[in-house]
Amino acid sequence: MEMVTVYIDGVEIKVPSDYTVLKAARKAGIKIPTLCYLKDINQIGACRVCLVEIEKARGLQASCVYPVSEGLKVYTHTPKVLAARKSVIELLLSNHPQECLTCSRSTNCELQSLAKEMGVSDIPYTGERTIHDLDLSSASIVRDASKCILCRRCVSVCNQVQQVGVLGLIDRGFEATVGPSFGHGIGEVNCTNCGQCINVCPVGALRETDHTKRVWQALADPSKHVVVQTAPAVRAALGEEFGLPMGTPVTGKMVAALRRLGFDRVFDTDFSADLTIMEEGNEVIDRLVNGGKLPVITSCSPGWIKFCEHTYPELLDNLSTAKSPQQMFGALAKTYYPEIEGIDPKSIYSVSVMPCTAKKYECQRPEMAQDGIPDVDAVLTTRELGAMIRRAGIDFVNLPDEVADAPMGLGTGAADIFGVTGGVMEAAIRTVYEVVAGKPLPNLELEPVRGMEGIKEATLDIPNYGEVRVAVAHGLANAGKLMDAVKSGKKQYHFIEVMGCPGGCVGGGGQPLVTSGQRLDLDEEYQVVRRKAIYAEDRGKTLRKSHDNPAIKEVYEKFLGKPLSEKSHHLLHTHYTCRGKYNVEIPEAQAAAKK
Amino acid sequence: MSCKCGSAVKDERFVKIDQILEQNGRDESFLIQNLEQIQTALGYLPEDVQSYLAEAMDIPLSKIYGVVTFYSLFTTEPIGKHKISICLGTACYVKGAGDILAEFERQLDVKVGETTKDGKFTLQACRCLGACGLAPVLNVNGKVFGRLTADDVAGIIGQFE
Ligand code: SF4
Ligand code: SF4
Ligand code: SF4
Ligand code: FES
Repeated sequence: MEMVTVYIDGVEIKVPSDYTVLKAARKAGIKIPTLCYLKDINQIGACRVCLVEIEKARGLQASCVYPVSEGLKVYTHTPKVLAARKSVIELLLSNHPQECLTCSRSTNCELQSLAKEMGVSDIPYTGERTIHDLDLSSASIVRDASKCILCRRCVSVCNQVQQVGVLGLIDRGFEATVGPSFGHGIGEVNCTNCGQCINVCPVGALRETDHTKRVWQALADPSKHVVVQTAPAVRAALGEEFGLPMGTPVTGKMVAALRRLGFDRVFDTDFSADLTIMEEGNEVIDRLVNGGKLPVITSCSPGWIKFCEHTYPELLDNLSTAKSPQQMFGALAKTYYPEIEGIDPKSIYSVSVMPCTAKKYECQRPEMAQDGIPDVDAVLTTRELGAMIRRAGIDFVNLPDEVADAPMGLGTGAADIFGVTGGVMEAAIRTVYEVVAGKPLPNLELEPVRGMEGIKEATLDIPNYGEVRVAVAHGLANAGKLMDAVKSGKKQYHFIEVMGCPGGCVGGGGQPLVTSGQRLDLDEEYQVVRRKAIYAEDRGKTLRKSHDNPAIKEVYEKFLGKPLSEKSHHLLHTHYTCRGKYNVEIPEAQAAAKK
Repeated sequence: MSCKCGSAVKDERFVKIDQILEQNGRDESFLIQNLEQIQTALGYLPEDVQSYLAEAMDIPLSKIYGVVTFYSLFTTEPIGKHKISICLGTACYVKGAGDILAEFERQLDVKVGETTKDGKFTLQACRCLGACGLAPVLNVNGKVFGRLTADDVAGIIGQFE
């Protein structure tokens, strides 16, 4: 890239010619405030918080969209600039509830920090306020439009990154809002519950449905035996809630914290991730060998599942019938576990900690229960677990490392990598190859399916079967692209992995928030930084293949029989529902040629 | 929401939409043009029409709905034979436009933005009509009435009945 010289407040600096003034200033050590801007996602120059003075340019300019050029002279904190930024914030606050004390985002809100940074001490405009009701229609997402500052970050993520297109800018002027069309609640439309909108919202306008209250209650109830499972991606990010550097694995401290919170047994979703590989892997083998429906598509990601149910109903038969690891765990926590421990199954309260908001929706699907008793009673996001640990006053950073309880706390490296895009595929191949070929996979690490590329492909030669073509997509826009290619017959695969969130679960909608400024300062995508913790866990384990997990062998011996047995089918498999994309009936349309 | 796969809704309106799309094109750049012509043909742009258009043009419904609600020209509700637009600009509001609106709502038995069941009247609020000297004012099918009180409401309705 060609380099240009620019002057930021008189400081000379060389930057690539495709930089914006915002990025160049950051390199010169000046953090220009931003609000609507979000690296790679929302670059629309709408809020005018990032104003700067530029020599020879008329008026103040939005630095987040202003390109650098040779010799450009920029002034980032002149009195004019500071006054203009301050009045932008004051204007926003004049139509804002100012409920910081009770707001879910207090101390972690980009608007609140800006008000402080800009030195806003009172709010001079006292105009009319727009009042909106809380949208409580969704099992996963709460929308509080009265706190929305119309930055449209969520609109960009929902329309471009996820291509679900639920959220949009509606009306204009004073009446403008961001939300689903026709006044529907977010839980009444084709929202996938992925939570990516929460992750990008700078304020408290979007948040997850709270499950902490019910968990505190269960923990305090002596008649309940409370068990907890933690998904692989949680340990790769929970440390961030306590100021640890991104990418620090905190498995041991997390287990210790959960014990101190009072959970009766601290287990691990790694166990049921291994079980998923046994069930799903054998399903793949069965469909390959006996000529079942191909490609088999993974079913671990509930955001992806709901997207598929709304948008690709013709592919529902391709989905693996295996429940997600969360739900497999839940089903066993209320059957197998009480049986071997001699506990009354009715006393079990099953909690999961997930990087994901869609898991809250998943756990309340009617098919995820036995005789009306849900397999999973509460789903905490990584953020919610962080909040609980803080509330209990547990000094997380200085906790000793502890190990999860047997038997459902045991997992292999194959289970750990479920937390990143490509991981389920890699874990499945480790087992499928060995079962079909009758000998171990020469190299456990399947490089072509690793990394942040939207769609990844690999071809494997499996002895005793032949060529197997696999593909991996992450983020729903990429999933959509891949499904279009499959539907049209342009691409043929045997096995496909889809994760609904960009980067996989490490980038899930329930993970610690990464502010706009943090994203700017990272050289890589944040998912890539977190991913390092996951791959380190896998490499650090002696057992790296699901079928080698002794606790898995035991559950089949003592309880399930064998993979795909009748009992497995009853407890560990599920079915899907065609849901339609719109809330009204329309005839089939001859669609425009896909862009 | 439930499954609507394979449902074959037989409806003239969708045939009309197909014709318009065929003529203009399905690219996103034709969205406003398509919406205008569909509204002219069908009178208004309800949810099923917008959803169908989203599918046929491969544009998210959120975007179409955003455009429809951005331009006051578009309407998602049927429009009655007579359109009553009451100015709620500052001057009119101060002089009691709110009471007049309430009286219309009462007599026509509709809320602002709605159309009477017999399809005769649509009651709308609008921004300043630029006739503040006559405040409070309203406009029926382009005809302006000024210096109104709630007592005038019955008479105005009567003129168009
Ligand atoms: S969104 Fe931010 S500024 Fe608004 S009430 Fe919540 S913490 Fe305060
Ligand atoms: S949860 Fe996902 S699909 Fe639903 S509105 Fe947010 S970004 Fe869109
Ligand atoms: S909900 Fe949040 S992200 Fe979306 S427009 Fe409002 S403030 Fe921005
Ligand atoms: S205009 Fe630059 S951050 Fe909003």
